[in-house]
Amino acid sequence: MLKVTSESLLWLMLALPFLGSLLSSILPARKRNTAGILAGVVMLLASVVAIGLYSSISEGSVVRSRIPWLPSLGLEIVLRLDGLSWLFAALVLVVGFLVVVYSRYYMSPEDPVPRFFAYLLAFAGSMVGLVLSGNLIQLVFFWELTSLFSFLLIGYWYHNERARSGARMALIVTATGGLCLLAGVMLLGKIAGSYDLDAVFLAADRIRQSELYLPALGLILIGAFTKSAQFPFHFWLPHAMAAPTPVSAYLHSATLVKAGIFLLIRFWPVLAGTEAWFATVTTVGLCTLILGAWVAIFQQDLKGLLAYSTISHLGLITLLLGLNSPLATVAAIFHTLNHATFKASLFMAVGIIDHETGTRDIRKLSGLARYMPITATLAVIAAGAMAGVPLLNGFLSKEMFLAEALDLHRESFAGRTLPFLATLALAFSVLYSVRFIHQSFFGPPPQDLPREPQEAPRWMRMPIEVLVVACLVVGMVPALTVAPLLGAAAYSVLGPNTPSYSLAIWHGFNAPLVLSLLALLLGALGYVLFGKRLNRQDGTPLVGVFKGRRAFETVLSLLIRGARRTMEFVGTRRLQPQLRVLVLAACFAGLLPFLRYGYQGGTKVGTPLDPAFALIWLVGGICAVAAAWTAKYHRFAALILMAGAGLVSCVSFVWLSSPDLALTQLLVETVTTLLLLLGLRWLPARSRDLWPGSRTPWRVRFRRGGDVTLALAAGSGIALLSYAIMTREMPNSISRYFVEHSYPDGGGRNVVNVILVDFRGFDTLGEMTVLAIVALTVFALLRRFRPAPESVRSPEQQRLQDASDDAREGRERGDTLADYLLVPRTIMEWLFPAIIVLAFYLLMRGHDLPGGGFAAGVTMSIALILQYLASGTRRVEDRLRVHPLRWMGSGLLLAVVTGLGAWWFDYPFLTSWFRYVDLPLLGEVPLATALLFDIGVFLLVIGAIALILVAIAHQSIRTTRRRPEPPLAVKSGEEEA
Amino acid sequence: MTATFLAWSITASQILLGVAMLCATWRMVIGPRAQDRVVGLDTLYINAMLMLLMFGIQTGRTLYFEAALVIALLGFGGTLALAKFLMRGEVIE
Repeated sequence: MLKVTSESLLWLMLALPFLGSLLSSILPARKRNTAGILAGVVMLLASVVAIGLYSSISEGSVVRSRIPWLPSLGLEIVLRLDGLSWLFAALVLVVGFLVVVYSRYYMSPEDPVPRFFAYLLAFAGSMVGLVLSGNLIQLVFFWELTSLFSFLLIGYWYHNERARSGARMALIVTATGGLCLLAGVMLLGKIAGSYDLDAVFLAADRIRQSELYLPALGLILIGAFTKSAQFPFHFWLPHAMAAPTPVSAYLHSATLVKAGIFLLIRFWPVLAGTEAWFATVTTVGLCTLILGAWVAIFQQDLKGLLAYSTISHLGLITLLLGLNSPLATVAAIFHTLNHATFKASLFMAVGIIDHETGTRDIRKLSGLARYMPITATLAVIAAGAMAGVPLLNGFLSKEMFLAEALDLHRESFAGRTLPFLATLALAFSVLYSVRFIHQSFFGPPPQDLPREPQEAPRWMRMPIEVLVVACLVVGMVPALTVAPLLGAAAYSVLGPNTPSYSLAIWHGFNAPLVLSLLALLLGALGYVLFGKRLNRQDGTPLVGVFKGRRAFETVLSLLIRGARRTMEFVGTRRLQPQLRVLVLAACFAGLLPFLRYGYQGGTKVGTPLDPAFALIWLVGGICAVAAAWTAKYHRFAALILMAGAGLVSCVSFVWLSSPDLALTQLLVETVTTLLLLLGLRWLPARSRDLWPGSRTPWRVRFRRGGDVTLALAAGSGIALLSYAIMTREMPNSISRYFVEHSYPDGGGRNVVNVILVDFRGFDTLGEMTVLAIVALTVFALLRRFRPAPESVRSPEQQRLQDASDDAREGRERGDTLADYLLVPRTIMEWLFPAIIVLAFYLLMRGHDLPGGGFAAGVTMSIALILQYLASGTRRVEDRLRVHPLRWMGSGLLLAVVTGLGAWWFDYPFLTSWFRYVDLPLLGEVPLATALLFDIGVFLLVIGAIALILVAIAHQSIRTTRRRPEPPLAVKSGEEEA
Repeated sequence: MTATFLAWSITASQILLGVAMLCATWRMVIGPRAQDRVVGLDTLYINAMLMLLMFGIQTGRTLYFEAALVIALLGFGGTLALAKFLMRGEVIE
């Protein structure tokens, strides 16, 4: 079972970061070293696994691992590793490891670092999941996960307003793109007939010729462009710079923004090759390239400069992908890799500058090279790679880009202008690189820095050193280092169409080299001429007026305002109109089929009237009507009458032979009465008379009459409907299946219970979760509960009794309470064990006879609440350990673990197992794993009910505590102090 | 003979219990005081329990006794809570 195969390694690579994230998230906030080591080890292990997997894909083969997900819908979870996904996964994990090392030294001790690493690891896991996805839906799932975790990472310093708004903007933009992507891949799957990636690849021609090609392309491109910050969706990226620098180094070099690029490359074989692709992708790429580079020149914040430079480089990659040429695609993959290395190291270098000097303002920095020579050297090399200086990796992919731009022999305006525009953009890129380096590291020593600069710690520089060495090695001996990786990645995208290319520094004195040198020269010249003036420039000339952020906010506020208007128009906070609409709609829906087919009763003969049953129903009817009648002005009477109506429905369940339901409903009735009574204490005082003096206005009478009519219509409608159904033969419904299979398949004779814990175990698990969430929500709401002013004081009865206690000789306050209900109280206290026995009885036999975890749990919570009722909160909590939260947690855990246990025996989740066991004393006892599940339900139900009821009960203590203390106590405290 | 007698007496007692329930309901509806209503509800519960027992005797199945057991053991909880509410103004203090 533990045989190490490539497939199991794939799962390990995906699971490791998530596992590490989970572990890190439960570490205490101050364990920064533990969290750092944990994250580092996890990333290192995952990287090693990734690197180890290289041999299985280097020959152009593909590793796949499938497990069924929703077999009925033909969906599978597919992990698929080929050259391209290997390259991205390795990039994500290796850079991730370096970022973890760097963050350990970057993050301040005050930050809750385990949370940071938990997000970072989960983000890395989502990225790995994204690149490994072999199924379109799965790909979108991980895509959205990356959006979510990047949101958490960008907003990590959530006390900072800029971080919050930046994170929100990134989430809104990328998640909107994600939605478009989902729609796009659904279209793609519809054309291809399958969501499996391999099937989609096979259907490439069909997809390109399909009518749905254009909409699918548009939607997928919006997804990719929003993620990769392409014009006009680029504006979120600079605002995401409010994140801690390691996050920027990770998200905006190797991962988040590259997800969009990955998507474009992944779908390149399917979607590219058409005019529409060429026109859209090149235009967007070119705009982004030039715009990003132009804006980057005028940035005064180092991170802002890098952000716009990232946008620009992403534009370059997009442009290459849009050219529809295999060679350009190879260049795009290559530049993705190169950009990741130099941009990650530059972000880290900026982080060091920020960390050591306290500022990132390019105007304040100067001459840092004399304080931090090593960091300066590293940054110079990385910036050289960014500018495309020969002997560095950026140069190689830039040459390929220029060659491709020149190769575009199209007799069109675009074909002729592209080389010039490309050179211009590269000159800009040289200009901002030179500006960054010269301003911060050279020149006179800096003045008025917040901190005295010094060299960064050894381990903080290590990640940059590794990356810069990579830049150098790839730049100098590409054939020996990166060529095979690139070849594998390119082959997995292009297949047999992979062009022959050579990664060499020297291709002869050709046109690309001339353009490249020209760009270097122009950029340097530009800096010499305008360098000083750039420092005085505020905002970007020409395009500074177009604020992506402002447009975004306008759209957002329009949306919100529109939603609010719509809510005002169609919604109401008043209960009565809501109910009226609901009931009216239900009546109408019920009426429709009868309008169409006419109403007639069935042919079955009715049963003779049972006089006792008729009497019981008469009682129930009177109770229900009277409860409705008194509900508004006599809450207490209405409550009593409701209890009567509930009781009658329980008796009816017995009469109509469903003892299980009757049992559960009886228990629930008791709890409901208690709950409503507890709540009654806090309701605002009733309004005496709504229409004092005069008679009720006609308007009100009319409304009430309408309501009565509606109620009568709905009631008689239900009665007629039931009559029509019950006088006909029952159709062959699913219930017969359950009755027949409950014993042979589930090992229980109580069909309801077997359905709950076995056949529909998964639904029950979901319901348990919902119950837990509801209980927690109620608890959380009650913690902030502010009662109506008139019910804050203790109730009138208590005040009267306390006053009488105070007034009489020989009595103390609270004596009336102590004397009151003495006999019932003793009975209640003594009944505690008896009720517990009943609860266990119901639990144990639940699988065969009426009972089960839910009924037992309610019984147990009634036992507990009766103790509260008898002895008061303080007394009970002195004597019993009441931990509803723990009970709920362990119940949920037990249920899940029982379900997971089935996997151990190679059965699907939540398969139950049963056998009869001979126990001493008890005899033959049916033992099913469903019982364990039922115990989980039992614990959860006790916990949830106890949590809610006790939370309401605690309100009484809370208000007493908030009353002003007698001044005496305060004084004595002061004297002691 | 005895079977017929038993059947008739069961039906008669069921009807009588039903009438008793109706009387209790009458008290719950008209009051006049809240205390009367609470006592009415308690009586209703007791009668319903007996009704369930009669139903069990009629059908000859002990399965229905569970519900009667629950009323017997826990039914008084509601009554007590109502009583406490009337006396002290809140149920748990």
